[in-house]
Amino acid sequence: MLAFEAVRVTTDDGAELLHGVDAAVCPGTVTVLAGPSGAGKSTLLRLGNRLEVPSHGVVRFHGRDVADLDPLELRRRVGMVFQKPVVFAGTVRENLHVADAHADDLSLGRVLERVGLGVALLDRQADDLSGGEAQRMCIARALLTRPEVLLMDEPTSSLDPANRRAVEALARELAAEGLGICWVSHDLDQVRRLTDRVVVLVEGRVADAHEAARYLGAGDARGADDAGTARDARGGDDAGAAGDAGGRAGERPA
Amino acid sequence: MSATHIGWSGLAASLVLVAVAVGLSGWQRLHLSRSVLWACARAAAQLFVVGWALKLVLDPDAPVVWAWLWVAVMVVFSGVTIRNRAREVPGIWALGTVAMLVVVVVSLAVILGFGMFPVEGRTIVPLAGMMIGNSMTASVLVGRRIVGELRDKRDEVEARLALGHAWPDAARPYVRSALRTALVPQIESTKAVGLVFLPGAMTGLVLAGVDAADAVSIQLAIMYLILGSVATSITVIGLGLTRRLFTPDHRLRRVVRSPG
Ligand SMILES: Nc1ncnc2c1ncn2[C@@H]1O[C@H](COP(=O)(O)OP(=O)(O)O)[C@@H](O)[C@H]1O
Ligand SMILES: [Mg+2]
Repeated sequence: MLAFEAVRVTTDDGAELLHGVDAAVCPGTVTVLAGPSGAGKSTLLRLGNRLEVPSHGVVRFHGRDVADLDPLELRRRVGMVFQKPVVFAGTVRENLHVADAHADDLSLGRVLERVGLGVALLDRQADDLSGGEAQRMCIARALLTRPEVLLMDEPTSSLDPANRRAVEALARELAAEGLGICWVSHDLDQVRRLTDRVVVLVEGRVADAHEAARYLGAGDARGADDAGTARDARGGDDAGAAGDAGGRAGERPA
Repeated sequence: MSATHIGWSGLAASLVLVAVAVGLSGWQRLHLSRSVLWACARAAAQLFVVGWALKLVLDPDAPVVWAWLWVAVMVVFSGVTIRNRAREVPGIWALGTVAMLVVVVVSLAVILGFGMFPVEGRTIVPLAGMMIGNSMTASVLVGRRIVGELRDKRDEVEARLALGHAWPDAARPYVRSALRTALVPQIESTKAVGLVFLPGAMTGLVLAGVDAADAVSIQLAIMYLILGSVATSITVIGLGLTRRLFTPDHRLRRVVRSPG
């Protein structure tokens, strides 16, 4: 329902960050956007709700070029959760009211429970929430606009392992309810845990099957060897698991 | 009020202190002697020219159109000054000039429209100068603050945009705080007037033999006008600048941080 077609992004000073990327986010699915830091994952994600515009190519929502849609309407239907939890000054209630000014406490309580927080939190100063609570509140806030797609940019990178698992589980539940989720991650173990479909982005392009296998294989090697000796792609090539990962990535690119 | 006549000998005496500055520069190898001398010479030249022109403008027999011309020049120069002091703010020159123009038009319309002062060079020029001078400082402050706030709070602004807010709504909390920062000093000095300091205009009027009650009412009127001018100018800058910092499709532009 959200599709990127040969999108390129050029900065003001002429550097091209994405060199023609094709990708899609489907309802009821978690699409993982993996790739090393600086590959352009965030940039691609931001095209999805028009915080960024492509210099070439189109982004389609339900088949329509998003350039022809009202950006404010698009952004309510394509929600976004940022890497660092973005907390506005005020209480949790006030934070949630930014998304839906007319929601009553009953519906705010429901959405808080949906993300695993209690209704008692409504009167808490949002600045006082823990990292995990804050990110869940941000997800709740994004859900209040009733989006069909949720773009999540490394939403667990600032969370501890327990909260990380909880947010992953929440994303899978939301997908099971029909939401299309695009989850950016460069944590390869997380990629494996989450993925229905994986798109590997390297240096502003979608990696081909071989490249993707090497990238994802590096994670297998690191997972097998906890000391993390084989962090680079070459290490992955040597690892026996690379062939297996290659098979998976080859089958599943979007 | 001619107690402040210092004459040529007095002026020459002040050069002794310039010599001290040049001496210090030479002694400590600051390499500033040339800059000091150039600054002094330039100030002298500028002030002599300005003084000569002011004499023409303020002459009671001179046509009042000269005064208006003078005000126009002040507006243009204040725009340039704002630009020089807030270079990182995109489009600040045009915006600042427009803001100063609005301030002058509104405040002089009130002053002259209600007949508070006669329409003469000796009233128009200093009144416009006071309004512009105060508004200029506040405009620079508010311009820099808005750009700084929206850059520092980029995360929050984009999160608001991502929730479907239009740019004026997404920017409002941050622009509001920038406007407050620019207006508060003016409010504070308005509150403290009389208690902490006696404003120059009133002192001057009293010294010149004007009745204290008249001096008070003139001073009050000027303070109110300055407060209104500052509020007007920062509102113009706030609205115009915020619009420039967003694209029509509600994206926050990136403003390059200028060094210093
Ligand atoms: N507005 C911009 N101007 C210049 N370079 C940018 C801009 N935005 C991102 N970049 C650069 O583009 C590259 C990709 O960024 P990003 O999409 O954030 O990567 P990722 O999320 O995969 O780590 C990075 O090298 C980043 O520094
Ligand atoms: Mg990123």
